[in-house]
Amino acid sequence: MVGFGDKIIMDGLNLDVVKGEVLGFVGGSGMGKSVLTRTILGLVPKRAGTISVFGEDLDTLTPTQFSALQRRFGVMFQQGALLSGLTVKQNVQIPMREHLRLSKGLADELAMLKIGLVGLPADAANKKPSELSGGMIKRAALARALALDPELLFLDEPTSGLDPIGAADFDELIGTLQKTLGLTVFMVTHDLDSLYAICDRVAALADQKVIAAGTMETMLASDHPWLQAYFHGTRARRFLQPVRPPQPHPF
Amino acid sequence: MPQPPQFSSETLGTSIRLNLAGSWTVDASAALEHSGLALVAAAKAAQAAIFDLGGIERLDTAGAWLIDRSRRDLQTQGIATQIEHLRPEFTILLNEVEKREVSVPASSHGFSIIDLLADVGHGVVQFGRDMIAGVAFFGELVSSLTNTVLHPRRFRGTALFFHVETFAFRSVPIIALINFLVGAIVAQQGIQQLKRFGAVTFAADLIGVLILRELGVLLTSIMIAGRSGSSITAEIGSMKMREEIDALQVMGLRAMDVLVVPRLLALIISLPMLTFIADISGMFGGMLTGWIYGGINPIAFASRLREAIDVDTFLVGLIKAPFMALIIGLIAAIEGLGVEGSAESLGRQVTSSVVKSIFMVIVVDGLFAMFFASIHF
Repeated sequence: MVGFGDKIIMDGLNLDVVKGEVLGFVGGSGMGKSVLTRTILGLVPKRAGTISVFGEDLDTLTPTQFSALQRRFGVMFQQGALLSGLTVKQNVQIPMREHLRLSKGLADELAMLKIGLVGLPADAANKKPSELSGGMIKRAALARALALDPELLFLDEPTSGLDPIGAADFDELIGTLQKTLGLTVFMVTHDLDSLYAICDRVAALADQKVIAAGTMETMLASDHPWLQAYFHGTRARRFLQPVRPPQPHPF
Repeated sequence: MPQPPQFSSETLGTSIRLNLAGSWTVDASAALEHSGLALVAAAKAAQAAIFDLGGIERLDTAGAWLIDRSRRDLQTQGIATQIEHLRPEFTILLNEVEKREVSVPASSHGFSIIDLLADVGHGVVQFGRDMIAGVAFFGELVSSLTNTVLHPRRFRGTALFFHVETFAFRSVPIIALINFLVGAIVAQQGIQQLKRFGAVTFAADLIGVLILRELGVLLTSIMIAGRSGSSITAEIGSMKMREEIDALQVMGLRAMDVLVVPRLLALIISLPMLTFIADISGMFGGMLTGWIYGGINPIAFASRLREAIDVDTFLVGLIKAPFMALIIGLIAAIEGLGVEGSAESLGRQVTSSVVKSIFMVIVVDGLFAMFFASIHF
């Protein structure tokens, strides 16, 4: 159970993420998708319930153990949250410097490898976040999330604010990286394209709990009014039926 | 606990077989890097090297990169390499790493005497540019003020009073306290020196003239530069960062009219009022110290004060206040509008706003002192 003041955001919520899957997490704006993510990450305190990650209950961990566990997370925030005073390369190297003992040469090479993996050009490495476009910021944030080769990757609306081509590229990138690095991905998203393209399973949040979790077929078959509106609305219709070419006028 | 990255080597004629084992992941950090270098060292003498990856438990990008880098290093030395027993789940990773060209772009970070000279030169040029920008900004401000006078209905009265409240009303306690204390300290020091000549009552002259002509306005200006100047820079700067100023502009509003003019006028109104309060509390502090510490009773102090100062002494201080306000406001606004994208730049601009305005306030106070002395005011 999570709440702020006397406002309860989540109550009686249950959600499992299976190792090696891409889970898409949907829900209306203000329903608490980001709050749930932040609760799992330990940024928002919960009032009741348990969260276990990699089989360990987060409440039973000492701060040192929790910090060791955090090394196995990679988090990409919605706005990137790159440190604005540092270059992209330095941003990627922050977690490496904090947690690893690497020579400068190897740290540079690994940072460049990560920057290359997310599809950024090499000359972006020495740029400050303010010199990057929105899409590049997302990629740089992903490179930083991957810095320690995490097992579990949290993505908060990875494709928001990208143009359709950029968003499709980004989906593909996440899919490729997930397969290459064997990641488990927890992705908060609004993007129906992303859900169809890369998610193995989808979970939906409404009425303070997870109302449904399963493959896209399960979602489409559900008769919950919110899911009906979400997956059968005007914007979703193009996924459900092939687009019919306009009929020539009889006259 | 995962096994550390390790390998064993067997020599088979001219070729060497490297059996890699353990978990080649970034968690091992230094050990991983060491094993990578050891791989190259072990295979250096052979003509061909076989990497047997069958024993690897875990592999991540860092491990894959080190194995790949070792292979490349050996190949450039003319040693043929080959990979065996690669597990299918590692194949994609190794292929992905293999096709990346990793080149670390050089970041120029050296320090030399030439850099130092270039820095100094840059600073001088920047100072010149600041001056020109200041004058240009002042011109723009005057045009904006003229506009306000011509179209008084477009003037933002609410904003003005809001800022007067934050700049003046809310700084009254700290300004009064600081000047009270400084008045007391000046009185105490003055009395100690004047006691030797038996002229303790003249401490009133000292306090009156010093506080009214110089200290009241100077301390108030410095305090306001730190308190309100910094907040103006931070406000305008963060609005610049979040494109709010661009938004105002496309909606047909000038940042100058909306943001700068009300704050500047509010400062010009506030600073004389605060200076007045500063004068009173400074003299009150002096009087209290004189009474307790020097034995000058308040009536004697007041009559001494009446002889020592007149309205002119009071006006000398007060006249300077609006000019100080103008300097503080101008510098704060220019620095705020100079903020770029990063949080670091906001911090830099706020610092430089405060430093520049305090410096200019003191310089201008010196110029005023010279001016008033030459006109015998």
